Amino acid sequence: MTSNEREPLLKMEHVSVAFPVKKDFPFQKKRFVKAVTDVSLEIYPGETFGVVGESGCGKSTLANCTLGMQRVDAGKIFFDGQELTAMNERRLKEARRSMQVIFQDPFSSLNPRFSVFDLISEPLRIKGGYTYAEMRRTVGEMLREVGLSEGDMDRFPSDFSGGQKQRIGIARALILKPKYLVCDEPVSALDVSVHAQILNLLMDLQEKYHITYLFISHNLAVVKRVSSRAVVMYLGKVMEYGDVQKIFHHPSHPYTRALMDSVFDVDIHGCPRERKRLKGEVPSPINPPAGCRFCGRCPEEQPRCSRGEPPLVQIEEDHYAACFLHADKAE
Amino acid sequence: MIKTLQYIGCKLLRVLYAIGRFFKKLWMHKQGRIGLIIFAFLAILAIFAPLIAPYDPYDVINGRFEKGLTPSWEHLLGTSITTGQDIFSMLIYGTRSSLSIGLITGLVIAVLGSLLGVAAGYIGGWVDTVIMRIVDILLVIPTLPLVIVMTNVLGTSYVVIVIVFAAFGWTGLARVIRSQVMLIKNANYVKAAEIAGASRWYIMWRHILPAVSNLLIMSTALTSAGIMVAEAGLSFLGLGNPTAISWGKMLADAQSSGAMLFGHWWSILAPGVGIFLSVYSFMRIGLALEEILNPRMRKGSSMIKVFKHLNNRYLDEVFASMDDASKMKGEYVAPSASAALPPAFEAADVRTVAAQAALAEAAAAEAAAAEAAGAQAAAAGTYVPAAQAAAAEQAAAEEPFVQRRAEEEAAKQSARENAGQGGER
Repeated sequence: MTSNEREPLLKMEHVSVAFPVKKDFPFQKKRFVKAVTDVSLEIYPGETFGVVGESGCGKSTLANCTLGMQRVDAGKIFFDGQELTAMNERRLKEARRSMQVIFQDPFSSLNPRFSVFDLISEPLRIKGGYTYAEMRRTVGEMLREVGLSEGDMDRFPSDFSGGQKQRIGIARALILKPKYLVCDEPVSALDVSVHAQILNLLMDLQEKYHITYLFISHNLAVVKRVSSRAVVMYLGKVMEYGDVQKIFHHPSHPYTRALMDSVFDVDIHGCPRERKRLKGEVPSPINPPAGCRFCGRCPEEQPRCSRGEPPLVQIEEDHYAACFLHADKAE
Repeated sequence: MIKTLQYIGCKLLRVLYAIGRFFKKLWMHKQGRIGLIIFAFLAILAIFAPLIAPYDPYDVINGRFEKGLTPSWEHLLGTSITTGQDIFSMLIYGTRSSLSIGLITGLVIAVLGSLLGVAAGYIGGWVDTVIMRIVDILLVIPTLPLVIVMTNVLGTSYVVIVIVFAAFGWTGLARVIRSQVMLIKNANYVKAAEIAGASRWYIMWRHILPAVSNLLIMSTALTSAGIMVAEAGLSFLGLGNPTAISWGKMLADAQSSGAMLFGHWWSILAPGVGIFLSVYSFMRIGLALEEILNPRMRKGSSMIKVFKHLNNRYLDEVFASMDDASKMKGEYVAPSASAALPPAFEAADVRTVAAQAALAEAAAAEAAAAEAAGAQAAAAGTYVPAAQAAAAEQAAAEEPFVQRRAEEEAAKQSARENAGQGGER
């Protein structure tokens, strides 16, 4: 499973995105929210790539960049061999045909005025060239695929539960058989009891259609369950990146360890784990700390952490971390 | 081919179904039903006026009778003092000008307001800035005096009236629609459509317009009502279309020919009732829609709120002073006493006429207000339905408490309104 030999479906090279902040008073120096800073990733066809991080760490901005919905300030993004960041609006639209997205909140991602048929057939309608009967047939097939029945076609989203709505969202996303699907926290708004159903559905469909997932979540257990490779982000920067098993079994960055320590578990028989609690709050991305983004909260902080930014170094095959603890080892 | 026809038929059915559902909702709403019935009645009168009216008042030869006849079976409401036209026929023909002016202007405003509002909200950027600055400028120009000046300059035809009212009436609608569009624009389903490659037109047409359509219909009904009152006022002042028969002009004729002096009260009451019914039906439909759309809104609404929709600042002032006057007399009815609306409204109509008469004679606003306040107090005192009477008795029993609560509620409501206005910006 040496993924490095394969051609990546999506490749990000030193991508940075910053949003200008409104000035509080005139003549103030222009400030920026640095949502994503210098991120380089490779996502391979057919895999599920997890993105983990606290809210506000740039996960969704990253996903928007890969969809071509967000202008990139620096760096390049390649999708399927073509440079997304160099495309004009029209070519982007064509490229987006093979991308889709599933949103976190199934309640706001389905237009309440549309029937299920209208919702799912919308991408077909936008693409054009389908007759009504064809659309009915395709939508019916898709509905069965996601575990709903064809008879649901003329009902409205308000008739369905959260999990069923998410299934409708999945059906809409997959109707054009995309190559690449962004799952923006697809289960975090759902009942815990339906998490597994939706995740299993997503994985089955991935196997069947060979889709590449970008799976955003703040739930570590979910990411570990579904994805093969992942990136851990903090304040717009990559902290740890690589094979999920390697990240989870020997987390190398103190932030990853802290994240894993902050997860509750229901193992009532086992002895309590020793946990390190993080101090402080996530700093504002407007003025991120100099040096390592995590310094100030890091339990293993060293004096040099606040001076320079640690490079992303390879720890083992397909496992990288941006921490001075490992920078020495690499040298 | 057959499939395509089938598809079009299916769509058509869906549209019809949506329209049917819309009317059903309105019909299920008690106040909306009243409005619908009155509106249907007036629409039939307007469409079939030549069939219903016994004489043709436009006919100079056969439509002229002996001047100033009193009501009889031949002339149900007598004939006019100046021209000898049959008042009942004029009343029916007057429906045409009133409804058509109201509806046409309302529609023009709906189109203008929705286009500019959607453009401002959806496209954003400099388009938004330009449109909103224009709105700001137009909002501070008092419409009615401007219309009076414009009709003086451009002549008094209905086209001019429609154009001027439409040119100044779209601002409020555009602002409301803009804020609604900005909400919908950020919805995830719009983003999903964008990712699927949807064009701006597609999103505007399929996602944004349907979402603002109810708002559009509601505001069209309310603006139409306002326009109808304004049109009647203009006609009364002699600034309407001089060749057309309209209720405002009938009022003016009756007033100038001294109908009151001769005791011809019916020639004043008839067009007054016409104006009242048409405005009332539109108002009821609009307010019912507002309640259907916004379930959080309290049932019913205060009179002051109703008249806020009538673009007539003059009347607003009158009512404000009137309200103060009745409060001082201790007969203040809390804004939440909603069921009092219909009788109060009837009183209000009388006042509309009174206020306009005052305007025509350039009487001081204070005098009219005091006069009207008297009428209001009398109406509130005498014309109270049974349920209301019981409530009033109860209120009297615990008056201090109720009074305090009413005041609190009024304060709360005004605060909320202020907040709402702030949010709109």
